[in-house]
Amino acid sequence: MTLLFTNARLIDPDAGTDTTGHLLVENGRITAVLAADDPLPKAAQHVDCAGKCLAPGIVDIGVKICEPGERHKESYKTAGLAAAAGGVTTVVTRPDTLPAIDTPETLEFVTRRAQADAPVNVLPMAALTKGREGREMVEIGFLMDAGAVAFSDCDRVIQNTKVFSRALTYAKSCGALVMAHPQEPILSVGAAATSGKFSTLRGLPAVSPMAERMGLDRDIALLEMTGAAYHADQITTARALPALKRAKDNGLNITAGTSIHHLTLNELDVADYRTFFKVKPPLRSEEDRLAVVEAVRSGVIDVISSMHTPQDEESKRLPFEEAASGAVGLETLLPAALRLYHADLLDLPTLFRAMSLNPAKRLGLDSGRLSVGAPADLVLFDPDTPFVLDRFKLRSKSQNTPFDTQKMQGRVQATFVAGRCVFER
Amino acid sequence: MSDAPKYFRQNHLLGIEPLHPLEITEILDLADRYADLNRQAQKHADALAGLTQVNMFFENSTRTQASFELAGKRLGADVMNMAMQASSIKKGETLIDTAMTLNAMHPDLLVVRHPHSGAVDLLSQKVNCAVLNAGDGKHEHPTQALLDALTIRRAKGRLHRLNIAICGDIAHSRVARSNLILLGKMENRIRLIGPPTLVPGHFAEFGAEIYDDMREGLQDVDVVMMLRLQKERMDGGFIPSEREYYHRYGLDADKLALAKPDAIVMHPGPMNRGVEIDGTIADDINRSVIQEQVEMGVAVRMAAMDLLACNLRARRQAEAA
Repeated sequence: MTLLFTNARLIDPDAGTDTTGHLLVENGRITAVLAADDPLPKAAQHVDCAGKCLAPGIVDIGVKICEPGERHKESYKTAGLAAAAGGVTTVVTRPDTLPAIDTPETLEFVTRRAQADAPVNVLPMAALTKGREGREMVEIGFLMDAGAVAFSDCDRVIQNTKVFSRALTYAKSCGALVMAHPQEPILSVGAAATSGKFSTLRGLPAVSPMAERMGLDRDIALLEMTGAAYHADQITTARALPALKRAKDNGLNITAGTSIHHLTLNELDVADYRTFFKVKPPLRSEEDRLAVVEAVRSGVIDVISSMHTPQDEESKRLPFEEAASGAVGLETLLPAALRLYHADLLDLPTLFRAMSLNPAKRLGLDSGRLSVGAPADLVLFDPDTPFVLDRFKLRSKSQNTPFDTQKMQGRVQATFVAGRCVFER
Repeated sequence: MSDAPKYFRQNHLLGIEPLHPLEITEILDLADRYADLNRQAQKHADALAGLTQVNMFFENSTRTQASFELAGKRLGADVMNMAMQASSIKKGETLIDTAMTLNAMHPDLLVVRHPHSGAVDLLSQKVNCAVLNAGDGKHEHPTQALLDALTIRRAKGRLHRLNIAICGDIAHSRVARSNLILLGKMENRIRLIGPPTLVPGHFAEFGAEIYDDMREGLQDVDVVMMLRLQKERMDGGFIPSEREYYHRYGLDADKLALAKPDAIVMHPGPMNRGVEIDGTIADDINRSVIQEQVEMGVAVRMAAMDLLACNLRARRQAEAA
């Protein structure tokens, strides 16, 4: 079975190139990348890309799918459809479900659910401690055998440093990746906003941006002790960046991500207590946002993810302090990221380095690139199509997006997983 | 008042922030007239006749609730008080559901106090009547700022180019926020005085000057506005002790002597005598305007509800047409 994409604008994050050409896929893998003037090989099926962009599918680390426990908020089926429609070909799921995914048995359950219902690749993460309570580590070895690609207590910080250092030491011996949420836990208790003029004006409980650096500093010290492989889920403030860069320069096994919301929105978007803009950590100042965008450009921050967190209407229709945190993002990740492209802040190869290549590399996957031998996980999109986002048209069961009614530019035309079309507009 | 407001365009009174200085002045002018009415033997007017006012207090309050109740009754409204702490909130009903239930009874004026910032704003989006914020979390308490402004204007003869000191727990105070915004809009110089744990530096971005030395801060001010120190903040967490606080930030005769000789002393109440203010100063009728503040409270609330009711009637007429 051969499939030939012709006249595509090929976005290759590995080579850092954005060129016109053709791409040949055989048996679900890329077998040739051809320049525009190369002779076209024979293929059973043709896709004329008509000059639109063809990029490696997005690998989204940190997606919450609410099975088990809160299937009314999101299921593998709806999340899978949303991912396909958003150009996300690999979803790396979070274990902060009810109950937490902390045993091989629950992990097998979600793997089965994902295989049955989701049209894209789903790779599960498992909790690092039992019940995400920060007391006892999970069966890291068994969970890896069952398919866990990383371990994380998600937005709960392990306060007991002894527990965390032992978990990191043990994880290292298993070759496991640990993802953590860098945040000083006591300082950020009850915070709904970032401290500053805006939170003062709105009278919201706020946390200093310094809390992120304090959390990161502690984790970096633990990495020096243990040598474990570590990924910071979201770095969102300027003050944390020098510490991150130093840790990388010192050769620690550390990478960092950031969320699309922190890259494209700032604290002022909360305006009159709009709870769809309540995320964790809270949205930051414009200076922080621009510093984080620059860190993605320079490579200090490796990964952009959607931090897809479905919440139902009831948990958002509350006073800001009481409302649940989180926003859905699978379907809006690419259009929102293209805002950075249209604002001339990041070019397309850089965006896909952060959305596809780097997360794939970090998880040891061979996807995320347009090279011969890589799986044909691809997204075809037009970066220029304008549209107004209507949240009720999102495929997720929950529609808590901060981009509702906003003008977006660029949308997915088709998504392919292992050469098979899983979404077509 | 039955003619349409000249400047006041609001459907709700959620805070001082959305108000234009002319709207503030219009409320104060009308409140002046109601203050005169309130001193007559016959105190009744009929601006709210036939309208229903519901007071929903999700947080304890005696003075503010009584003031709103009296204001409504003097203007002829049917007033109902709902003690929300004892009600369905305890049974797990959400704020929105409570609002919708209440809305079905067709109230015209809804006076709401809530412990969370922004909650009154949220509620106002779900009901079709005029909503008055009687204090939401650490956000705003607009009628308190308006009554303070009226008190200052009556005592000083003007509400601009005054040096005004706000002292105490600024960080947790909605009264301080509303006053800061209102007095700033009216072009006064504002000083915030208190220990840095209770007066965060971000307030400087609102154009206020921050002092942690009270003696320095009180130099030549026209108005000294004291704030209540909440009991739960007294020990250890924000200040070392009550007595050290009184020594450094309590208003006594010595410190007050640094202000202008005709400076007035204000307090939103209830006072902690001997914590933030010396009892004899609070009772000094030449300096303290604390009783006038309570009096102006009723007048300002009458004015605010009157103006909102005018706009509400106009809106309903337009909808019916």
